[in-house]
Amino acid sequence: MAEHVLLRHRDIPDINQLDVYQKDGGFEMFKKAVTAMKPEEVTDIVKASGLRGRGGAGFPTGVKWTFMDNKNWPHYVVANADESEPGTFKDREIMESNPFQFLEGVAISSYAVGANAAYVYCRGEFWQVAHYLDEKIAEMETAGLLGDKLFGSDYSLRIYTHLGAGAYICGEETALLESLEGKRGQPRLRPPFPPSFGLYGKPTVVNNVETLTNVPKIIENGSDWYKSMGTEDTAGVKIFSLSGCVNKPGNYELPFGTTFRELIYEHGGGIANGNKIKAIMAAGASSAMIVATDEALDTPMDYASVRTLKADLGSASVIVIDDSFSIDWVLNKTIHFFKHESCGKCTPCREGNYWMSHIIERIHHGEGSSFDVELLTKVAYQIQNKCLCALGEFSLQAVVSGIERFPQDFEAKVNL
Amino acid sequence: MNKLEEKYADEIQKILAKYPPEEKRSAVMMLLYMAQREGGYVSNHDINDIAEIVEITPTEVATLIGFYTLYHDKPAGKIRIQVCNDLPCALRGADKFLGELCDALKIQPGETTPDGLVTIEPVMCLAACDKAPMFQVQSSEGLEYHENMTVESTQTLIESWKEKN
Amino acid sequence: MTKEITLTIDGQQITVPDGTLVVDAAKRAGIDIPVFCYHPKMEPVGMCRMCLVDVGRPVFDRATGEAVLEEDGSPKIQFGWKLETACTVPVSEGMVVDGLSDKVQQGREDIVEFLLTSHPLDCPICDKGGECPLQNLTMEYGSSDSRFIFDEKMHAAKNVPLGDLIWLDRERCIQCARCIRFQEEIADDPVLEFFNRGRATDIITNSEPGFASYWSGNTTDICPVGALTTADFRFGARPWELNQAASLCNHCAVGCNLTYNTRRDAKSGGDIIIKRAMPRQNEQVNELWICDKGRFAYHYVNSSDRLTQPLIRKDGQLSPASWEEALTLVAEQLKNAGAGLLTLAGGRLPNEDLFNLKKLSEGLGGTAALHSYMAGGDLVAQMGISDTVNLSTVGAGDAIVVVASDLEEEAPVWWLRAKQAAKRGAKLIVVNPRPTKTERHATEIIRYVYGEEVAAIEKVDLDDAKKVVAFFGSEGLGLEGSAAVAQACAKLAAGKGALVGVWPQANTQGAWDMGLRPGADLSSAKAFYIAGADPVGDNPALAEIVQRADFVVVQELFLTETAALADVVLPAQAQQEREGTFTSGERRVQRFYPVVSSKGECKADFAIAAKIGAKAGVDLKGRFPSLIFPQICAEVAGYAGLSYAKLAEVNEQWPIVSRGDLFYGGTSYENKQGLGVQLAPLGVEHTSTAAATPATVLQAAFVAVPITRLYDQGKLVGASDVLQPRLAQPFVLVNPEDSQKLKSTDGMAVSLSVNGSPAIDVVVREDDSVPQGFALVPRSMGIPIEQPSEFTFGIAESAVA
Ligand SMILES: Cc1cc2nc3c(=O)[nH]c(=O)nc-3n(C[C@H](O)[C@H](O)[C@H](O)COP(=O)(O)O)c2cc1C
Ligand code: SF4
Ligand code: FES
Repeated sequence: MAEHVLLRHRDIPDINQLDVYQKDGGFEMFKKAVTAMKPEEVTDIVKASGLRGRGGAGFPTGVKWTFMDNKNWPHYVVANADESEPGTFKDREIMESNPFQFLEGVAISSYAVGANAAYVYCRGEFWQVAHYLDEKIAEMETAGLLGDKLFGSDYSLRIYTHLGAGAYICGEETALLESLEGKRGQPRLRPPFPPSFGLYGKPTVVNNVETLTNVPKIIENGSDWYKSMGTEDTAGVKIFSLSGCVNKPGNYELPFGTTFRELIYEHGGGIANGNKIKAIMAAGASSAMIVATDEALDTPMDYASVRTLKADLGSASVIVIDDSFSIDWVLNKTIHFFKHESCGKCTPCREGNYWMSHIIERIHHGEGSSFDVELLTKVAYQIQNKCLCALGEFSLQAVVSGIERFPQDFEAKVNL
Repeated sequence: MNKLEEKYADEIQKILAKYPPEEKRSAVMMLLYMAQREGGYVSNHDINDIAEIVEITPTEVATLIGFYTLYHDKPAGKIRIQVCNDLPCALRGADKFLGELCDALKIQPGETTPDGLVTIEPVMCLAACDKAPMFQVQSSEGLEYHENMTVESTQTLIESWKEKN
Repeated sequence: MTKEITLTIDGQQITVPDGTLVVDAAKRAGIDIPVFCYHPKMEPVGMCRMCLVDVGRPVFDRATGEAVLEEDGSPKIQFGWKLETACTVPVSEGMVVDGLSDKVQQGREDIVEFLLTSHPLDCPICDKGGECPLQNLTMEYGSSDSRFIFDEKMHAAKNVPLGDLIWLDRERCIQCARCIRFQEEIADDPVLEFFNRGRATDIITNSEPGFASYWSGNTTDICPVGALTTADFRFGARPWELNQAASLCNHCAVGCNLTYNTRRDAKSGGDIIIKRAMPRQNEQVNELWICDKGRFAYHYVNSSDRLTQPLIRKDGQLSPASWEEALTLVAEQLKNAGAGLLTLAGGRLPNEDLFNLKKLSEGLGGTAALHSYMAGGDLVAQMGISDTVNLSTVGAGDAIVVVASDLEEEAPVWWLRAKQAAKRGAKLIVVNPRPTKTERHATEIIRYVYGEEVAAIEKVDLDDAKKVVAFFGSEGLGLEGSAAVAQACAKLAAGKGALVGVWPQANTQGAWDMGLRPGADLSSAKAFYIAGADPVGDNPALAEIVQRADFVVVQELFLTETAALADVVLPAQAQQEREGTFTSGERRVQRFYPVVSSKGECKADFAIAAKIGAKAGVDLKGRFPSLIFPQICAEVAGYAGLSYAKLAEVNEQWPIVSRGDLFYGGTSYENKQGLGVQLAPLGVEHTSTAAATPATVLQAAFVAVPITRLYDQGKLVGASDVLQPRLAQPFVLVNPEDSQKLKSTDGMAVSLSVNGSPAIDVVVREDDSVPQGFALVPRSMGIPIEQPSEFTFGIAESAVA
């Protein structure tokens, strides 16, 4: 297999040690950027590489950096390490096993947007990860890789970790910023977007951990190198978190455009227990349910191709569901998740998920009627397009697609 | 100086140092963890102390305890075992694991063992979906992940805590 | 000039300033877009999603930048795939907003249905029933049959006191956060918050006492459902049974406009009584808000302790008498006193009454004086607020100076308005010996030691301010010190601005305008005629002087300490029982109207004065205040041209409130009865008639200085049961180090003696913001403190026990 770009600990033992990481060229790109490049040059390379955000929305990273309001200072960089989408566990592996490449990515992007302070917002459950990163950051400070007047330049940078405390919504970037400010993690109205009004009201870049971990390698090898991987629509490599009913769940770093089939059968070792594949959720609990037909399995995984299946790739957390599970059970799980995680700020998400949870419970326990199935779809559509943030919109994806694409599972469940 | 400040003076300074001096409020998240370290929950007294340290109202501190699931306003077992039974883990038997574990401890999800040591709670996805069944442990020592668990290995773990406590 | 934007809403073309939100633009055009979370006085949050509209924008050709046209030549409009929230979208040129389409109607129905899934259907017993936006919008957008299974409704606690004044019904709350945002954005007391999240979201307060804020009542006005109710009105009446009467608050010099709701009440034996006080919109004065004192203190009007008939001292006892008997006696005695007659009037009396009292006294050869510890009203008249320099217009480039006043305690709404001006960019300079809430928004803070006010004021630099509003108060000051401070502030603001006295009473400025002055020499009076004032209550040391006089007549609502010493006591009407005018500290002359009928045999102060005059040979108008007001206009400088009719004029105010859509601005009343008239400053020389010697601090080891608290123990507030638990008990604030020296501790009961007066039990409160060497003593709490004074305090026996 080709060398990893992100999961490099799988190629280089002990790359989580500073000396090993540096021996492999680590922090040279940060040094080069600070001492030999203008911030705009860094941004231009990232822009040209076609790197898109790995947090789910796929927004072009370099373009986002150019939105920073240069009339308002200071600037901040915030790494989104909230990783709470059910089925996503890639950022954690990066931070635990290849922490310095991630931190170098934070450092380079901070330089690119003129930030002298960066925060890594870890979900509260990443208590150990945050403490581990604190150690690594301290090592960097000792080694002169963070602090004042770095590499003899005028640039100074500090990186801090910040712990959340259990709330999926804090992955949404404006909720994350509220939480970082010590408030309830509820999404802000947008616009304004973080690059004009972010942390403490200052221009802020929020990027996913995986997104940032790409940056040192892009600076090192250039944008053409990066573009040579992946597809026309989506350049580069991606860590696919594979979970559910497969023999070998785990993270797999593959180029965009790899098919579902390759991921599930070649890397994931196929379906466990001799069962048959039934459905795929490509973006965690927020996904539309993909019927696992041959055609679907042969679809390349990039943003545009997955959309042809009326689904989204999101952060590429691929949950595989086999034929031993009924979809009403799956929906009971996802609705329960969103009901639990709805922040409560806007009416449709707060009330709609609460209502849906009652209906799906009835159906799932065999107490529902066909009217309930119809009502569930209606309530889901009633939520649609009315929410303040994407969580509410995510919450109905599995519901409407599950009922529409797996009607037999519901017919079997309802009494009339 | 209030009680918390007296007890954790250095640690509080370290936490505050992470944020701009005029943005003390950011420190409230870590201070809440600190306050509940000992008793496993945040008391009203702690709320007032934290409010004083970061210069916001007690109400603005209290709201966070309700919003975030890792803060608690009531005491429970010394150690909270938080089993992920969200969709990906459930596809790999997490519900069964949770049920069997509860049976073995003779409690229901959400309950505490009679000796007051362990509380079992189901929680949402913990980003360890490939290593189900799994849980995190919340205690005075912070949070710790335990992955690829069985009821037996969990019981061994609980035994080891019993010895320590 | 901001740019003007033209857009179309529901087919109607309108032009509004750039930056206007669609919801407000619609409102201006008379189109109601339903809202729950949006409130025109607060930042939009877009959380309830009720205000959904279809928004289209003109399409521009990317290459040419030209507008793309339809075949018929009209601009091509592109509608979004999603509905948008009208409360968060600013208008843009050529925008087309559709609030009538099926999609929009469906969207709103969907939101109402969502809200009702967890809302109880208890409208018949809900206080908000009849003035409830959710109820109204359910009529408009709700479906008649519920698809939600009733048993699955969330159930939550229904009667939760958030504090002494406000109750919460958790089931009714629709999580719009208006109350939370009001407390944070407007009141700057963030003592309400949500607890939990998702459907479990709940309102909490962790303050001590609960919901600790002087502004709490306003949340019940803007709550769009019946979740928040006031302790004194809940279950009190249904809104449609209520009558309304326009009035003014009489508890401080701001002059907030009120509407009293009244009803015939079984509990009061079928009398019409006041059921609640509500804010009445006056954007120049109180906008849509009132403080809790203004909202909850009216209960004194119906107090059973009110005086209801004349009393004459017979055999040493005050005994009931007829008006005829009492008036005859009073007329004779006052006439006899001649130059020895001293009339003392309080600043809570209306202009008409003060005018008559002064005329009567002078007609009899005596004098009329103002009972007050603050000077400077003549300076305020010369250079007060004007149409050009006022709290609505000062902003960037201007300055507000607050001297010797804890503004929120003394005139709450001015605190609010000063804070807003600071937000608009005005400098806010606070000059005070200790921190106050005003300082949170200050751009500059100047501290001084009590007694060194004038020097501190001289340090204020206003060179680069265009307009200036200078407030001067009475923190730590007696009459002399106050005169010096007023003088110094007048000098400071001269040429640029407006001087405002933070008066202790609603019509103190009116009293100055009517020609009454404080500082009369009491000791030489032969006869006292005291109206609306309680000098002995304020300072027990005065009892002796009052008793020494040959004759004392007191006109009052209650049997005050002074009244108890009088020879004749005459029962006066409460402000709510009659009409009249007040002149606010900003010198806005405003009218109030009768609200309830008179209690017992009470008569209005002006009428009593006229009746005495009739018997004593001084001809005064006594039937209606409206007959006295023209005399005032004819004689009092600056009042020329005013009339009751002019004071009753209104013009359209923004935001538009009340009307059919209570959801927009809350239940604050629309002002249909008059915005009052702003007097123009007289503009003559800036010197005061009061002596302007700087205050000197006594050289005692400790000096007691007076401060003012909103919730004091005044006779009027004291009669309100709901406010009672919030009223401060007599206390003295000292620096912890001083306290230690005095061997007292925080919370200890001590006996305090000021100026050798009889000792009084008070509680020591340690506060490290109090300068050392000083003890801060609140006024109107039974502790005699008129000015900085020597004091002693010892540990009371009760403390030892
Ligand atoms: C409900 C919700 C949850 C999200 N959770 C995460 C998350 O856990 N991690 C993440 O990186 N982005 C998450 N996002 C996306 C972020 O809002 C944001 O788009 C992202 O951090 C931007 O970084 P990127 O451009 O590098 O992807 C979430 C978005 C929503 C609406
Ligand atoms: S959709 Fe609304 S309630 Fe749901 S998480 Fe977003 S803002 Fe909160
Ligand atoms: S979202 Fe516009 S009024 Fe609530």
